[in-house]
Amino acid sequence: MAESDAWRHHVRAMVLLVLVSAGVRAADLPLGFDDPALHGRYEHLLDELRCMVCQNQSLADSHADLAQDMRNLVHQMLAEGRSDREVIDFLVERYGDFVLYRPPLGATTVALWTGPFVLLIAAAVVVFRRRRSVAAPPLDDAERARLAALLERAADGDRERPQA
Amino acid sequence: MRFAWPLALFAVLVVLLGIGLTRDPRLVPSPLIGKAAPAFELPTVADPARRLRGTDLRGRPYLLNVWASWCVACRAEHPLLLALAKRDVVELVGLNYKDERGAASAWLGRHGNPYRVSLYDAEGRLGLDLGVYGVPETFLIDGAGVVRYKHVGPLDEAVIADELLPAIEDLGDG
Repeated sequence: MAESDAWRHHVRAMVLLVLVSAGVRAADLPLGFDDPALHGRYEHLLDELRCMVCQNQSLADSHADLAQDMRNLVHQMLAEGRSDREVIDFLVERYGDFVLYRPPLGATTVALWTGPFVLLIAAAVVVFRRRRSVAAPPLDDAERARLAALLERAADGDRERPQA
Repeated sequence: MRFAWPLALFAVLVVLLGIGLTRDPRLVPSPLIGKAAPAFELPTVADPARRLRGTDLRGRPYLLNVWASWCVACRAEHPLLLALAKRDVVELVGLNYKDERGAASAWLGRHGNPYRVSLYDAEGRLGLDLGVYGVPETFLIDGAGVVRYKHVGPLDEAVIADELLPAIEDLGDG
């Protein structure tokens, strides 16, 4: 039927759109390098560096002017034959550790990296501790008799008053 | 007092988060504080033939104010810069960032020029060397060419009174 064909066509188009957009990067990237090794390093560096304007995006994704300037800088440095380390150090010297998209593990960031795991473990410990302590001590005979009597009375009460 | 610990933890969290709310998460501390300002050699806005080097500005402290004619926030702080220049407390040097010379000159003509001179950084390379990411930004550079203080964003009365002027005063003692 024509309707289900149109539907399938739309779905296919949407799937294609999503798949294609997953690979899209900022359109104004300098073209990169012909040498695949160099180009690989270039793309890797763009993923590892933060756009300082759109601070939750990497240089690979950001459309900001400054991101374009920084991409050009990375491109230029790689073309000059600098190492990845030199490019990163150059930018960290000027912008600080924050320019690294992945925060480095250091004295100031150890809480950032380990915090979630520490909290998770602490929460798990608290939960397990409480489960064990909340388990009630077993009842002795006198208490069991009282319990039976109370339950009897509660059952009688239910029979007299129909559940509302 | 079963809830003593969670309550205490909660109280600590509230205090920490409360303090966090008063801060701007976008502000990034500059790694240049205490280090020599980057070397440069740039033309000026007024005279393209005149080139100024970082070493030319040594001997006296100055405020390096990053501005541009396309920068809206710069308009807000400009009157304060004019007032500061008039008080003659410290020299102001402009860094015209990624702008067009004609537009920059016109902007200064229209709004006033507090700068002794404005460097023309059309490509933004000095801006990159200074770690500029949000125009306007203001650097305090001492007579030896060392960066002593940086403010990101437009200046306001409070920042000038509480941070900038004390920083300038500290230079006199050092």
